[in-house]
Amino acid sequence: MAINKVVSGAEEAIQGISDGMTVMFGGFGLCGIPEHAIAAVRKRGTKDLTCVSNNAGVDGFGLGVLLENKQVKKMISSYVGENDEFERQMLSGELDVELIPQGTLAERCRAAGAGIPAFFTPAGYGTEVAIGKEVRWFDGKPHLLEHAFDASFAFVKAMKGDTAGNLIFNATARNFNHAMAMAGKVTVVEVEELVPVGELDPNEIHTPGIFIQRIFQGDNFEKRIEQRTVRSKA
Amino acid sequence: MALDKNGIAQRIAQELRDGYYVNLGIGIPTLVANYIPDGIDVEFQSENGMLGMGPFPFEGEEDPDLINAGKQTITAVPGAVYFDSSTSFAMIRGQHVDLTVLGAMEVSDQGDIANWKIPGRMVKGMGGAMDLVASAKNIIVAMMHTNKAGESKLLRQCTLPLTGVRCVTRVVSNLAVLDITERGFKLIECAPGISVDDVKNATEGRLIVEGDIPEMKL
Repeated sequence: MAINKVVSGAEEAIQGISDGMTVMFGGFGLCGIPEHAIAAVRKRGTKDLTCVSNNAGVDGFGLGVLLENKQVKKMISSYVGENDEFERQMLSGELDVELIPQGTLAERCRAAGAGIPAFFTPAGYGTEVAIGKEVRWFDGKPHLLEHAFDASFAFVKAMKGDTAGNLIFNATARNFNHAMAMAGKVTVVEVEELVPVGELDPNEIHTPGIFIQRIFQGDNFEKRIEQRTVRSKA
Repeated sequence: MALDKNGIAQRIAQELRDGYYVNLGIGIPTLVANYIPDGIDVEFQSENGMLGMGPFPFEGEEDPDLINAGKQTITAVPGAVYFDSSTSFAMIRGQHVDLTVLGAMEVSDQGDIANWKIPGRMVKGMGGAMDLVASAKNIIVAMMHTNKAGESKLLRQCTLPLTGVRCVTRVVSNLAVLDITERGFKLIECAPGISVDDVKNATEGRLIVEGDIPEMKL
């Protein structure tokens, strides 16, 4: 029998989260975000969280709901400020914000999951991102020393998963979900469709279940679109 | 006449070569996709995790799971592929992307670029720009030559916080095409109706003018 990682739902899935923890949230903008885990953390009221997430949601959706409930102490992101409440908290000093290059953010997640404590990257050399960081030259180019994240929880979202935690993503909703799934000490996945082991083709799995601790099927994903752009059929 | 944004994009599209993998930034760079020359096949990389980005979807066919790095709904062309963010930046850092086109607020004559932060204003972040400029071997900047007050944005030194140092290879502005060299901006072409003196007057950084400067062909 395969290992069964299924939990009843978001509330059970987030058990163990506590004030002051560093937690990761997958997604890019509102695409592929763990909506149900965010809602459950909001309901639980866990405070002083350091959130690692590429973005910070919008007013009333995504991480915006944790921000407006003042549950976030610090955001570590590459691009933020799509919501008014975020801007207000940042400017008033209530919220600490650390902006880092997107590729560095992704690699700090991947490294955490891959047992690489730190790595050198050229991104940010000569900018304010480099302040206080060790510089080393490789092949005639300067690089910055960057460290793997240390996150107690990673909350990710996949299109499909099996009861052993093997995951398949849809389109660009994969984004940070894969690397964060690798990185979390406890990785919680919400899927649109949960299937028994054996139903997924092992050749088609994007993230192996070994990285996953808890999985549940979420109902009624809202999957809000942030920038609806279309062309006319004419 | 100085070029408009579409003219800048049209000129940059002439830099595309068959088989290129291209990353287009937000703003003017996005427009480059509208001017791909005939007979040239390129693939667009979007750093949120896809190659083979297509045009916006028809109304009613938007997919919340399919967006570009500007979070806009898009489509995929045949042969497209999706991947995770760390793989996406492996492509970028590993120099597998042939051409990167970015907007800028300022560029220096040594190839420094500033395009992410204005002190005193709400800072939104660098997104993937720092990774792109630090690693890409071929970076073209699409920008207006001067700001709204008429002040040059092609400078001896950038005044705004930097995105990357000594990384830009070419600038295509509304006035000219310029390459970054050891000695400063080298004027390559002037926009139709723009004189070398016009470019000189609009360029604060060191400008090199050698021989006759051809007019841009659009």
